[in-house]
Formats: sequence, structure tokens, C-alpha cells
Amino acid sequence: MVDNKQQWKAWLYLSPCIILLLVFTVWPIINTVRMALLENYSGLKAAGGQVFNFGIGNFTKVIKYRRFVSCLKNTVLLCVWTVPISTILALLIAVALNSIKPLQKALQTIFFLPYVTNSIAIGMVFAAMFNIVGSFYGTENEIVETAGIINNVIEFFGGTHINWINYGSSYTANMVVMVVYIVWNALPFKILVLLGGLQSINKQYYDAAKVDGTSRKRIFSRITVPLLSPMLAYVIITGFIGGFKEYTSIVGIFGETMGPANDAGRLNTMVGFIYDALSTNNQGRASAAALILFGIILVVTLINLQVSKKRVHY
Amino acid sequence: MKVVLQNLTKIFPSRSKKSGEEVVAVSNFNFEIPDGKLIGLLGPSGCGKSTTLYMISGLQKPTSGKIFFGDDDVTNLSTENRGIGLVFQNYALYPHMTVKQNILFPLQNLKGEDKLSKEAMLERAYEAARLVQIEELMDRKPSELSGGQQQRVAIARALVKMPRVLLLDEPLSNLDARLRLQTREEIRRIQKETKITTVFVTHDQEEAMSISDMIVVMKLGVVQQIGEPQEVYDSPANLFVAKFLGTPPINVFEGKVQGEKLFIGEAAVLDVPGVSDQEVHVGIRPEGFTLDDNGPLKCKLSNVEVMGRDVSIVSTHDHSENPIIRSIINADQRVNVASDVVSYSLKPHKVFLFSKDTEERIFFEVK
Repeated sequence: MVDNKQQWKAWLYLSPCIILLLVFTVWPIINTVRMALLENYSGLKAAGGQVFNFGIGNFTKVIKYRRFVSCLKNTVLLCVWTVPISTILALLIAVALNSIKPLQKALQTIFFLPYVTNSIAIGMVFAAMFNIVGSFYGTENEIVETAGIINNVIEFFGGTHINWINYGSSYTANMVVMVVYIVWNALPFKILVLLGGLQSINKQYYDAAKVDGTSRKRIFSRITVPLLSPMLAYVIITGFIGGFKEYTSIVGIFGETMGPANDAGRLNTMVGFIYDALSTNNQGRASAAALILFGIILVVTLINLQVSKKRVHY
Repeated sequence: MKVVLQNLTKIFPSRSKKSGEEVVAVSNFNFEIPDGKLIGLLGPSGCGKSTTLYMISGLQKPTSGKIFFGDDDVTNLSTENRGIGLVFQNYALYPHMTVKQNILFPLQNLKGEDKLSKEAMLERAYEAARLVQIEELMDRKPSELSGGQQQRVAIARALVKMPRVLLLDEPLSNLDARLRLQTREEIRRIQKETKITTVFVTHDQEEAMSISDMIVVMKLGVVQQIGEPQEVYDSPANLFVAKFLGTPPINVFEGKVQGEKLFIGEAAVLDVPGVSDQEVHVGIRPEGFTLDDNGPLKCKLSNVEVMGRDVSIVSTHDHSENPIIRSIINADQRVNVASDVVSYSLKPHKVFLFSKDTEERIFFEVK
């Protein structure tokens, strides 16, 4: 413990960080709660001198919005699909990467590239890949069936092209594109963490398993996965948290319309809903939605931790 | 099951292409390990003892040479088909499994005809646990066990498959001194009870001497001497073996033989019949000195350490190759501590001569 006389020094050194945190993290959180609990709070009206009543009106209003329900549904669906798929894929890729010697470093770099690439840029590339027309905002009459490498591949193998993201595309097709994009985008970080975990596993466990004549499948399920479980838990929990904050990926592919041209906002997410509310000066509603999102993430994380208590071996 | 090593050689290719130097880890190892014996592979680090063990286990493939278990040539057999039990230096217990699951693990891997029922597996696991006396720890995790207990679990896991050969890699190196003493007795007991041919690796000569039926002393991949511990101690084949075995270590002097007499400095200290005139290394075990006022070997007395049962005398001599000479004599004999000089006569069977060039042993008749 630091000497009492020395304590003021410790606080002095910590103060820049503490002040920044207070201003930019702690106060905004408190303010969010305050705004959420003031009925119909709007920053513009507040500046005009209007006084707001205390109440939970913002929450009830948000929940009743049809748009909010669809945003929540999109967010949950994306989480439920992308987190397991990306985790399993990342695990398989990490194990495969760990078991090869030549080209390991080169492949590691390639798999890590999406992580350092701007997600809007990736989104635009994906949009181009899944496109069937040249123009993003085209009407039905303008569709030219040429572009889009995915459709070209499908047609090469004798299938018919699918309208993935353009005017008149189906919700399912949109979701498939989003899941593929988000999974691909989430892989590098997960591979990095899992590969690090794999490389820290003592090789003697594998020697011991070999002496005991353990099959490869059993080595994977009984030794590798349990020994990797702390990293897996970490990757899954952060995956869910990231999934609930999904927003830029939608913008990356669909632009600010958050959906195909004929149904703008169809793929909007929770964070998108909050932004929309902010941009129309409904800070009260945005704060309430943010707190609901916080609550959901908290509950999901607690469930995750509870499950991992039984399954994770530290 | 006897284990036969035939011209066993392991060469590791050089790490970098530039230097191009290969490392010969084990060179031309020949040895027939008798059935049911406890064998200690002994040597300083880098002598190839662990490599030899791993070649017997099958985790490493020999560059040339053959390995037989009984009459079966297992040289090209993979590890899991050799029927060995291996205890790793760090035990390699699976940290996420309980002791019971760890011991059961090898049994659960059995396939086809060898597959056991759940009850039979449990019975075998408990039998192995009883043998190493850890039955009360079966539901604990390895992290909740002491080093010695982990060691026992590792042995139980290796024994549960009823291996033909048990291999232990530095089994005692991770234990504290007291536990080491206890555990080595334990290993001896388990080996005697199971009668499984056991090979263990150690760099601690005391450990190897105390429990092995036979020891193999190695240096830089080459076997120096194989024999029963006492035999190797009493009759080392060369200077390296003589220096490596024994605590306190052997005292080495520069000497020469002239007219069948051994001289250290100017003093003729011993008759050595049958040895031609030459310069030699003289090795004298600490217990090879007798206090004798008229003794020929006169050393400068520097210190006397009383240890109860016997006395350790520290002295120096101009022709000693070590900085100090340590002799051990019976506590009944009194040393004149005030004197500067201590005089010894030598016990001929505790004195060994080694060639100055080859460091090989030169034998002489002991009368």
C-alpha cells in the first residue's frame, strides 16, 4: 500500500486519465439515464427552455415502435447466426493453421488482413460482389444482369442468379449477405486469439495423448477444445457484444438506406435505431433505446458467463 | 519384457543451412535391458539420455539402428502400438480433467477387441490408483495436488494400460529434496510390485545409483559404461564416469608411474604392479584415504567438517586437479586440527589410474 503522504502523488498522476474518463465516459452514462427518464426529451427543445416531466414514457414509446421491433429482430438474428458460425470457422482455421509449418506466417497474414481493412471499404467490395446491377439506387427497369462475381459463379455452375441486395431483393437474401459479410469480417480477430491460445498449449499434452493412442477427433474434442475454452469463451462473449452493436456493416453494404431501395430501413439494427432517433433530435428516445440495448447485452453476457462457469477450464 | 537397443543412433540435422553441422544426439547405442529391471539412464544435460528414452517410446524415430521389445522389432511401430507407458518430466496431466478422468483417458482410447466396459475401466483405474496410493484423490483436479501427488497420478496413468515397458523422463526433477527421497523409494516399490521393465532418465547420479538395478552412464551421445551401480562406482571405466559418480566427488591428482610405483609430486604413494611408466590422472575416492602420520601423501590441511558419523577433511595439494581435496574418514579417528599438514596412506581399491591422453582406465593389481 502506498504511504499516505505519497497518495496525493498517485492521484495527481492518475488525474489526466480520471478527468477524461469522467467527462467522456462517466458523465455521458449518467446523462443517458437522465435523458431516458425525461418524457420526450429533446436537446433542441431543452435549449429553448422547455421543461420535461420525469417518467418512463420514452421506454414505453420505444418498445411500441414497429421499427424498433424490426431493428431488435435484425440485431438478434445477426448475433444468433454470426457468432456460432464465425467461432466454429475460426476454430477450424486456427487449428489448421497451427498444424501446418510451411506458409503458416503467410496465411496468418492473409487471414488477418480483413482486420486492418476499413469495414465500409469491405462492405463496398462485398456489395459489388453480390450485386446484379451497376446502379445502387436503380429502379426495377434499370436492372442490368451482368455484374456481381457471386452471381457469375452461380450461373457458371448452371444456377439462376439471385437478387441479393438490389431493388426487390428478399429479406432472406439480404440476411444471407449480411451473415456472410459479418462472419468474414469477424474471423481475423477470432483466429488471432484462438491461434495464440493454441500455441500456448503445452506440446506434451499432445505427446501424452499420442502415447495413449488417442484418435485425432478425440484429441480435438477432449484436449484441444477444453484447453482452449477460456479463449473460446472470450471470443464468444466479445462476439455477442460486437454483434449487438452491429451497424457499420449494414451501412457498408446497403448504404444509409439500411436496406434495399424498395424497403429502406428493413435491415436497420438497434444502433441504427439509436442514430436515427439522435438525428431527429429525440435524445430521450435514443437514450431509452441505448439503455434497453445495454440491458440486453448485460443479460446475454451474464448468461454467457454462467454457462462458461461450467464449461470453461481456466 | 526385455528391451534390446541395437546400434541405436539419432542424428539431428543442423538448424541453419549455413553451419551445416549435424548434432549426433545418440551414437551407436547397444544394450539389452533385462526383463523386469529398473534401468537408470544417467548423464549430464545434452548427453542424449532423453533422446534415447523418446526413441524407445516411439515419439522420436532413430536415424539408424533397431529397437526390440522381446522379440518384436518395434523400430517402425508408432508410439501407440508399442504398449509403453510414459511419464513426462512435467507429468503432462490434462488440467481440465479430474485425476480419475486422467487415469481413465488411456483406457477410453482403446478400440475394437481391447475395448473395456465402463465397470472394467473403473476397476482398472482404481487398481492403478491403489498401486500408487492416490485413491482418495480421484475427484480432484491436478492443480489441487502437490508435485508428488501429480507424479503419482502420472505414473498411474502410464500404468493403467498395463504397458510392456514403463518410461520415466526425469521423474524426480520437479520435486523438493525430501519428496524426491520419498518418491524414488515409491518408484522402486511400484516397479518391484508390477515387475514392468522400467527405464528412467536422470542427471542426478545419487538418484540413479540408489534405485536402479543397472545404470547406463552417457556423455555426448556415447555410452560410457553400463553396469550395476556399485560395480560402476567401484570400477569406473574412465575418468568421466569416475568424476560423474559419487558425492562428494572423486579427488583427481596429476601423477606419474615410474617403476611400478605411483608418484604424486615427489612422493611415492602406492605400488601399482603391472603399469608401465607414464603420466596419469589419479582418482581417489573420498573414502580412499586413511589417516596415517607416516603416510606418504601429505596435504595442506585447511578445514575439518564434523558430520557426526564421520569427518570430512578439506585439504589442498599442489598436484590436485581440483581446488580442494575432500576425504571422509571415520569419526573415531582424531585429526590434529592444529597441524598444518595432514598425512594419508591410500586404500589401493579406492585408487584409480587413468591414461593422460585417452582418460581410459589403467588397471593395476590390487594386493
